[in-house]
Amino acid sequence: MSIDWSAFTPYSALAGGALIGLAAALLALLNGRIAGIAGIIGGALNPKSGEVGWRLAFILGLLLAPAAWLLVSSLPEVRIDASYPMLILAGLVVGISTRYGAGCTSGHGVCGISRLSPRSIIATVAFMATGFLTVFVIRHLIGS
Amino acid sequence: MSRSMLTAFLAGLVFGVGLILSGMVNPAKVLAFLDLAGPWDPSLALVMGGAIAVALPAFLFLNRRTQTVFAEPLHLPTRQDIDARLILGSLGFGVGWGLAGFCPGPALVAVGALKTEALVFVIAMLGGMGIFELIERRSKVSKKA
Repeated sequence: MSIDWSAFTPYSALAGGALIGLAAALLALLNGRIAGIAGIIGGALNPKSGEVGWRLAFILGLLLAPAAWLLVSSLPEVRIDASYPMLILAGLVVGISTRYGAGCTSGHGVCGISRLSPRSIIATVAFMATGFLTVFVIRHLIGS
Repeated sequence: MSRSMLTAFLAGLVFGVGLILSGMVNPAKVLAFLDLAGPWDPSLALVMGGAIAVALPAFLFLNRRTQTVFAEPLHLPTRQDIDARLILGSLGFGVGWGLAGFCPGPALVAVGALKTEALVFVIAMLGGMGIFELIERRSKVSKKA
């Protein structure tokens, strides 16, 4: 393993992470809800009365975050190398499996670990492992 | 707009700004973190560390309560069991994450940044969630029959 120190951005990573944690804390303290994005979207697709409004409001906040950012500064680079067929495959897999496994990076990785939930700790270990493995297969086994 | 919608909107906005600042919205950076065998960028481990450092005290505080600060009911998960669905679903999510470098939150923020690729990913993701709902309903019907 070699660390790419030129790409390492510890301060913005920590500060951005702290804001994500703050948002998760706000949603839990003020709404009594878990800031799990896959769960919030999934619940909005499967509506029960009184359940949809806050979900759509949270999603709207996410969608408007770049606009809010642009009031202060230009947006950092967003580089997407995946082809359209790959993006469609990735989206389908993420959509099905986050609902099946009841969470994603935010619900299990941030909120669940912060709640010291054994389910979320195991889920996070599982998706990190296959995330690492998938990139290894694509970049170093197929790509080389 | 009700109070619960306003607070959820603010939480979503802060969450999204945090994702932009952290670098999570950039799939190239996410894949550089997931590529342990390449020139590795460890930044995203600090994103999770920073998030947990702030969220953990809030959840510890809520552990002793049964209500939100507005005295409304909490809707926090209570399950403790480790089942096959949790593990298989999470393993599958990691594969999908590694394929393009997008997970659900950052993909929505990238849609807000008007990235066409992110919109394609999100539409496919919504389709995947819809497929999950159909499978669930069908299996419930067959169990009843």
